[in-house]
Amino acid sequence: MTERPTGEPLVRLSGVNKWFGDLHVLQDIDLTIDRGEVVVVIGPSGSGKSTLCRTINRLESIGSGEITIDGVRLPEEGKELARLRSDVGMVFQSFNLFAHKTVLDNVTLGPIKVRKQSKADAEKRARELLDRVGVSAQADKVPAQLSGGQQQRVAIARALAMDPKVMLFDEPTSALDPEMINEVLEVMVGLAQEGMTMIVVTHEMGFARRAANRVVFMDGGRILESADPETFFTDPSSDRAKDFLSKILNH
Amino acid sequence: MQFFIDNFPLLRDAFLTTLSMSLLAGLLALVLGTVLAAFRVSPITPLRGLSTFYVETFRNTPLTVVFFFIIFGLPQIDFAVGFFTGSVLAVGLYTAAFVCEAVRSGINAVNPGQAEASRAIGLTFGQSLREVVLPQAFRTVVPPLGNVWIAMVKNTSIAAGFAVSELTASLQRLSNANAGELLLVLLAVVIGYMLITLTSAYGISRMERRVAILR
Repeated sequence: MTERPTGEPLVRLSGVNKWFGDLHVLQDIDLTIDRGEVVVVIGPSGSGKSTLCRTINRLESIGSGEITIDGVRLPEEGKELARLRSDVGMVFQSFNLFAHKTVLDNVTLGPIKVRKQSKADAEKRARELLDRVGVSAQADKVPAQLSGGQQQRVAIARALAMDPKVMLFDEPTSALDPEMINEVLEVMVGLAQEGMTMIVVTHEMGFARRAANRVVFMDGGRILESADPETFFTDPSSDRAKDFLSKILNH
Repeated sequence: MQFFIDNFPLLRDAFLTTLSMSLLAGLLALVLGTVLAAFRVSPITPLRGLSTFYVETFRNTPLTVVFFFIIFGLPQIDFAVGFFTGSVLAVGLYTAAFVCEAVRSGINAVNPGQAEASRAIGLTFGQSLREVVLPQAFRTVVPPLGNVWIAMVKNTSIAAGFAVSELTASLQRLSNANAGELLLVLLAVVIGYMLITLTSAYGISRMERRVAILR
């Protein structure tokens, strides 16, 4: 486990509430993530953890409360929101690579269209990133020709190409075959060690122990616990967390 | 055979008129229909309303009435267009409504994750539509757009009633002059339409195979 980072807040959620109709899916969420911090969000399905993750780049809107990134309040819509999103990398459970574009074009699209980089510059950087996540040999294929693990690593490279301030991972390994989970986790651990600020929704307890500075446990739309991994896994304070851990760790 | 040779210039001109009407109206319908489809899925409410209004108006009005409106109605508000231009406009504007609905169904068939991922890297709504959603939508709408196109080619025949010398008008003219050879006249006109529609059908099925994507 790495040292606790700078203490300078990067992402701040205060008093965030969200409803899906009558369903109160996020209830009074207060959460601050420091620059360089790796926060793992765990909890049973339906606990609101994915929704929480998606509110941070406003793929989900919120009912009340405030979210700021690097001191800037999330804009409601339009170009301002697009610009803010370009600073927040997102990795999805189902990869969501652009199906009609090659792997290389997937990674260069954002830098060319949003950052206005030249094609040559964007491709050079994209090849470096693909090399770093270990899929440079697949650069000219389309996503459907890749394995799930390879696709997810391309998705990470696509997000990194925007030089994001923070990376959101929404259950990045949940759609993968078991033998492909590690290749994705290795890339994520590498990122964490380099000091990337990361918010990771996952069921991978091994990753949480290895790379997280903090574990946030959610249930029923609330944050029930927020602790360092060692404390959380060995001595959780809430009964709900004890119950959850006993179910997932005893196999 | 002598009948075809004698009337070749007239049939050729009529064929070329139907073909150019189809191409011009088709282009208009494709461009306008795609813009309307983009409006229809846009986050801006007035644009969605405008597009819905357009589609429901043209889709639910008989094409002949649209012809009447453009060719005889527009001059009433000092906006006169010729018979040929008016016919192209009528067919193009009418067909745009159907193109819009076909393209919209294609947009809805694209996995929402594709649009989410493009928004997540900071593309604006317009960029996401152009770069990610529409290119994938068009692949699924090639067959329905093919249907719309073929129906549209045949719909240009209404222009015969509005003084445009296209294939159906030549049918009327030639059958008056060659009452004894009515079947030959019909054959000639049907061949004219089929030259366009069958070639299109072949082109469409080739395009369908070429743009088929791996998912």
